[in-house]
Amino acid sequence: IRVHCGRGVFRGGGSQTSCDSFEFHRGEPSWDMKQLLAWIRVNLLKERPELFVQGDTVRPGILVLINDADWELMGELEYQLQDQDNVVFISTLHGG
Amino acid sequence: MCEVDEENSGCLQSRSVPGVCKMCVKCKENTAVLIIRVGDAFCRSCFKEYFVHKFRAMLGKNRVIFPGEKVLLTVSGGAASSSMLAQVQEGLGRDAPKKLRFIPAIIYIDEGGVCGQDPEEREETVAQLETIFRKTGFPYHIISLEQVFSLPSSVLEPVPGGARQPGGDYKAAVDQYIQQSKLKQKRGEASVEEAQDSLTHLNIYSPPSPEHTQTLQRLFSTLKTLTAKEDLLQTLRQHLILHTARTHGYSKVMMGDSCTRLAIKLLTNISLGRGASLAADTGFSDSRYGDVVVVRPMRDYSSKEITFYNRLFGVESVFTPSLDTKAPDKASIQRLTESFIIKLQADFPSTVSTIYRTSEKLHTASSPQNSSAEPSAKCLLCLCAADTKAEEASAFQATLLSERLSVGKAQSDPAHSNPASSNPASSNPAGSCCQEQGCGAGGCCSTSRIPAPTDLKTLLCYSCRLTIKDLITVEALPHYITSEAEKRQRRAQMKEEIGEFLLDEDEDAE
Repeated sequence: IRVHCGRGVFRGGGSQTSCDSFEFHRGEPSWDMKQLLAWIRVNLLKERPELFVQGDTVRPGILVLINDADWELMGELEYQLQDQDNVVFISTLHGG
Repeated sequence: MCEVDEENSGCLQSRSVPGVCKMCVKCKENTAVLIIRVGDAFCRSCFKEYFVHKFRAMLGKNRVIFPGEKVLLTVSGGAASSSMLAQVQEGLGRDAPKKLRFIPAIIYIDEGGVCGQDPEEREETVAQLETIFRKTGFPYHIISLEQVFSLPSSVLEPVPGGARQPGGDYKAAVDQYIQQSKLKQKRGEASVEEAQDSLTHLNIYSPPSPEHTQTLQRLFSTLKTLTAKEDLLQTLRQHLILHTARTHGYSKVMMGDSCTRLAIKLLTNISLGRGASLAADTGFSDSRYGDVVVVRPMRDYSSKEITFYNRLFGVESVFTPSLDTKAPDKASIQRLTESFIIKLQADFPSTVSTIYRTSEKLHTASSPQNSSAEPSAKCLLCLCAADTKAEEASAFQATLLSERLSVGKAQSDPAHSNPASSNPASSNPAGSCCQEQGCGAGGCCSTSRIPAPTDLKTLLCYSCRLTIKDLITVEALPHYITSEAEKRQRRAQMKEEIGEFLLDEDEDAE
């Protein structure tokens, strides 16, 4: 499957070092959001990951949109990524 | 205590695991795209309707902005203010059923100089914003923060509040406006005139001189804490906006504070000792400047709503780093409060609205005497009524006393022998040591032109005193602040000298 991840206005603090958007490919079985976040944390956040992820989930104040819809409607961490999904992270915090 | 908290946390876990793919609660036809409050899921079109309506309802309900009035929109490039700009543009659009009738202009304050942007980055940001502003067709002002060094001291002079009160007056003004615009339309000149107006008012951005940037950076580097830096930045920004509004005749200034931001501001300001001016700092309208009124039309939106609106309906915003970008949670009081509220909000979704509703209930007890009060009764920096005229048995005096006692042990206190000081703060030894320094350099205190920190402090409210206390030297402050301080001091001194010959104001009135 192919998933597109990107960030809207978010230059979120430490994760500025990572690329603005990326695509990744993965065969079956598909990942859920929890695995995706863990993967981002390990592979993309070089500086101060706590500004993006806290515990299993994203830092409070960062919105997650899956195909332009609130991830709270999609089951949040349990959401199973599907082919051509578009995941966007937007920070609402002061200073981005 | 801790045990009790742990027991409670079990039953307070209020957040349920969200359901998957709900329907919109409003139209019950389309799939919802976001949850606004607990259980309220909206679809795309219902959300847009709700969002647009809320903005106009906010302005309509408060009846503060009169038709035909010149309004300055403060846009930082961030999500909330960009969204406000989009709403104003939408509301002024011809097909909108409830058209907004004021004349807008945009102001952007370029703070790149203190927020660590180099000149190229600043120009790039400005260019990006200019493209957005040009698309709106509104006149715009782009001002660099460095221009605080050329502000006149009149910015800080209090202006008596406008006598115009909303209410019956408002309807008359609306009727008058409608008649006038009908006349104009008959002559068919309205649109042409407006277009010309907006072209002539364009304010082209000129990059600040490197010397000014350096002076500004020096000023901020003399502040020890990020808390004070953020506070000072806000004060200076406010002065620039106020000055621009006055020189160009804007009687209203719109700020894009969201409800989330205001909740953070409320708790931050309490922690900063600004309790006395909470109502002015967080309310819908803020008339502390007298002739220019600040309104906050975005205060009903949460930052989530704003972010979603911008994303779903393509509202552009520009990212600019702020002082606390990349800062850790505990870097400043402002930052810490933000992370506290946002974290609480994640588990208890009604946190922000509860705090926000509290702020709605606050009012300034402004007696008629207050608005006509003498200049010295207002804080030099934030222009709020100074809260330092507290009585003997107040927490404020107790703080001053304990500060004096704890510092007093370390050194002798020559300021006590100063007969001219009527305010207890001016006998504060922390300042007296600076006065001694002044004596060493200038020869004599009385001839020194720049007021010592103590002198400045007597003109400030409690919270601004704390900020200035953090400053190593007041000499770095922009000239308009020091000169206005000097002027107020001379006036106070003169008043004291001639005090016994003056008639009591109360007697005068009778």
